[in-house]
Amino acid sequence: MAAALMMAGCGGGGGFGGAGVLTSSWGDPQNPLEPANTNEVQGGKVLDMVFRGLKKYDPRTGRAVNMLAERISTTDSRTFTVTVKDGWRFSNGEPVTARSFVDAWNYGASLRDNQKNAYFFGYIDGYDKAHPDSGRQRADTLSGLRVTGPRTFTVRLNQKFAGFPDTLGYAAYAPLPRAFFTDHAGWLRKPVGNGPYRIASYTKGSAMTLKKWKGYPGPDPARNEGVTLLVYTDSNTAYTDVLAGNLDLVDDVPATQLKNVRTDLDGRYINTPAGILQTLAFPYYDPKWNTAGARKVRTGLSMAIDRAQITETIFRRTRTPATDWTSPVLGTAGGFQDGLCGHACAYDPAGARRLVREGGGIPGGRLKITYNADTGSHKQWVDAVCNSINNALGDDKACVGNPVGTFADFRNQIGQHRMSGPFRAGWQMDYPLIQNFLQPLYYTDASSNDGKWSNKQFDRLVDRANAETDRAASVRLFQEAEKVVRDNMAAIPLWYQNGSAGYTARLSHVTLNPFSVPVYNEIKVG
Amino acid sequence: MGRYVARRLLQMIPVFIGATLLIFLMVNVMGDPIAGLCGERACDPATAAQLKREFGLDQPLWRQYATYMGNVFTGNFGTAFNGQPVTELMAAAFPVTVRLTIVAIAIEIVIGIALGVVTGLRRGHPVDTGVLLATLVVISVPTFVTGLLLQLLLGVSWGWIRPSVSPAAGFGELIVPGLVLASVSLAYVTRLTRTTIAENKRADYVRTAIAKGLPRRRVVTRHLLRNSLIPVVTFIGTDIGALMGGAIVTERIFNIHGVGYQLYQGILRQNTQTVVGFVTVLVLVFLFANLLVDLLYAVLDPRIRYA
Repeated sequence: MAAALMMAGCGGGGGFGGAGVLTSSWGDPQNPLEPANTNEVQGGKVLDMVFRGLKKYDPRTGRAVNMLAERISTTDSRTFTVTVKDGWRFSNGEPVTARSFVDAWNYGASLRDNQKNAYFFGYIDGYDKAHPDSGRQRADTLSGLRVTGPRTFTVRLNQKFAGFPDTLGYAAYAPLPRAFFTDHAGWLRKPVGNGPYRIASYTKGSAMTLKKWKGYPGPDPARNEGVTLLVYTDSNTAYTDVLAGNLDLVDDVPATQLKNVRTDLDGRYINTPAGILQTLAFPYYDPKWNTAGARKVRTGLSMAIDRAQITETIFRRTRTPATDWTSPVLGTAGGFQDGLCGHACAYDPAGARRLVREGGGIPGGRLKITYNADTGSHKQWVDAVCNSINNALGDDKACVGNPVGTFADFRNQIGQHRMSGPFRAGWQMDYPLIQNFLQPLYYTDASSNDGKWSNKQFDRLVDRANAETDRAASVRLFQEAEKVVRDNMAAIPLWYQNGSAGYTARLSHVTLNPFSVPVYNEIKVG
Repeated sequence: MGRYVARRLLQMIPVFIGATLLIFLMVNVMGDPIAGLCGERACDPATAAQLKREFGLDQPLWRQYATYMGNVFTGNFGTAFNGQPVTELMAAAFPVTVRLTIVAIAIEIVIGIALGVVTGLRRGHPVDTGVLLATLVVISVPTFVTGLLLQLLLGVSWGWIRPSVSPAAGFGELIVPGLVLASVSLAYVTRLTRTTIAENKRADYVRTAIAKGLPRRRVVTRHLLRNSLIPVVTFIGTDIGALMGGAIVTERIFNIHGVGYQLYQGILRQNTQTVVGFVTVLVLVFLFANLLVDLLYAVLDPRIRYA
């Protein structure tokens, strides 16, 4: 192992680079690198390079476009017939067939395989048997999936969902080669996919070298010779390495460096919106928060937060004040509506004071905002939000932060419904659809509805929107549903988060996709 | 001597069990580790339950501890959440940290004792005052300041070193991080040596040795230094464990993937197996370093050998 690393270290540039190869900062993936088991950005980065699915999200517009899919057709928005393009292969030479998808999806959905993204297959018929909420699974495969030919298969959903084809760009739906099933441990040591890169070597916890795959048949081949991902313990060190020219690309500029980044990197700094929205969620299982008065209080609190000032001073404009519950990356056609929140998201201390008073004051007398203190410098903005609320309400004890030591414990307390007041909620989209910003978060008993908010009108509108085959009409219905969220202030939107990156002069054509991941295959070296 | 060593080894058993049990309890008190595994969203209940079963987290705590300790004695430290055996993580992390510690200890011994001897022999000289002042500065400046400053100056401004250490982490790359890690202890070693040397300089046996007409070099190394080293050896011995476990700040700054980094990740992700495994090994390192110190006493001072 050491010998291999020494040899890799003999390249030029940043020690790991070499002609046409760029080095990029990386974090150790939290889970084994399987498509249906990767739910954080570091592992997702790799999947994005070594896999291509039926659809791909355009790095600029975020629209789902056909990749391996030749055709996805339906007559009733419930049964879909998929035709896979001819001529695609995995980098080990195996052809990509309908079975590559069906096997992979069955694997991802099966409870036995412990896949953390299994719920993505929850729309497909038979999911409740392959992945029951409790007890033993009664089926190994999804009854809704049927291979009908070498390159065709059908998907039957358990409800109407017209937007389903657009979700298929998500990494969890990637096809898998036979080797994944026959030699699972070997595959995990060195994953094999069908994307523009193939993994040349992988030393867990320190580095992964990816080489351009010369035989890649897709329309988006790598424009560089390869990418070496280096694990950094601290984003500050990675940034320092970029300054010293030892690293080509850092995709997370630390907050402490934002002051100097423009002069340090001389324009080689990117700060673009990503599909991430930060909100304050509320515990609706606590009866105090589930009253008509509390609704007014929530709207009042939203008006008491000076978003513009906080994003300016604390985040140095790497966040944008939110004016709706989605993200600008969707575009207006996709459902983003600037200003949908209206005056409820505008800073108005007098209005805030009035609404909170009319609503009977803050439930429990004092606002405690719960957050995890271990990562993401959440303390700073929570304190700022509280400050803003205290100033607006003219009561310096109205709001305090309530830190929780670790993220795991924070999630644990949320899961056990132990929140007594608002809590930090961040939502990173899985796919650029307005549905993904609303349904998982606010639909009754949805997977990420941590506050247990429930509204019949909202649920009905979402059901109708999902059944609607016309894209524009569907988006309009989702926006109607979003207005229900607004009128009840189900969660207070805070700001849209940007992705940031910095790079050395060796690179050009560096962009971030809507998921704030660098579009590696488009980067040119030298 | 044999009985002395045996007794010391037996004493290690309760310390070892107590320390690991404490760490086990502390990690478990922090809550359910599975809850943080699925990112900002909740894990679906079926998968969470199955993961718990797989990692043995559904068992009562005492049984988890018993199973864990049983496995440890057969060399099985369990599996981290990313599917890697903890022993594999250890095999990657410990050699790096051991190298870093060796560099740091070597710097402490060579520079620290040399400075201590020089200043101890010349108390009140400008050299002595200068070194004293310097050690005071080193002790009062936090490690992360020294580390970041050296990294910025040597790595970015002057370009003498790479700001970060490569995954291979050879000895050459570890000199600057080792210096940063050693800095505070180095100052203590200097001051400790200086004090004992200055004290013993006036001892009868030193005067006798000088009166016998022994060369100054021999008086200093054989008579003065040997007797002055006991407290210094104690300090350096206990420092081995402290450096290995406490390298977390230095390792983060210089991107060294050692024990500190693994522990930090383990705590952040609340990975019981990783944290307890690494701490178990660190406890062993501490215990053996202490044993080594006690044995070294016997070498340095024969009177202890016969006691």
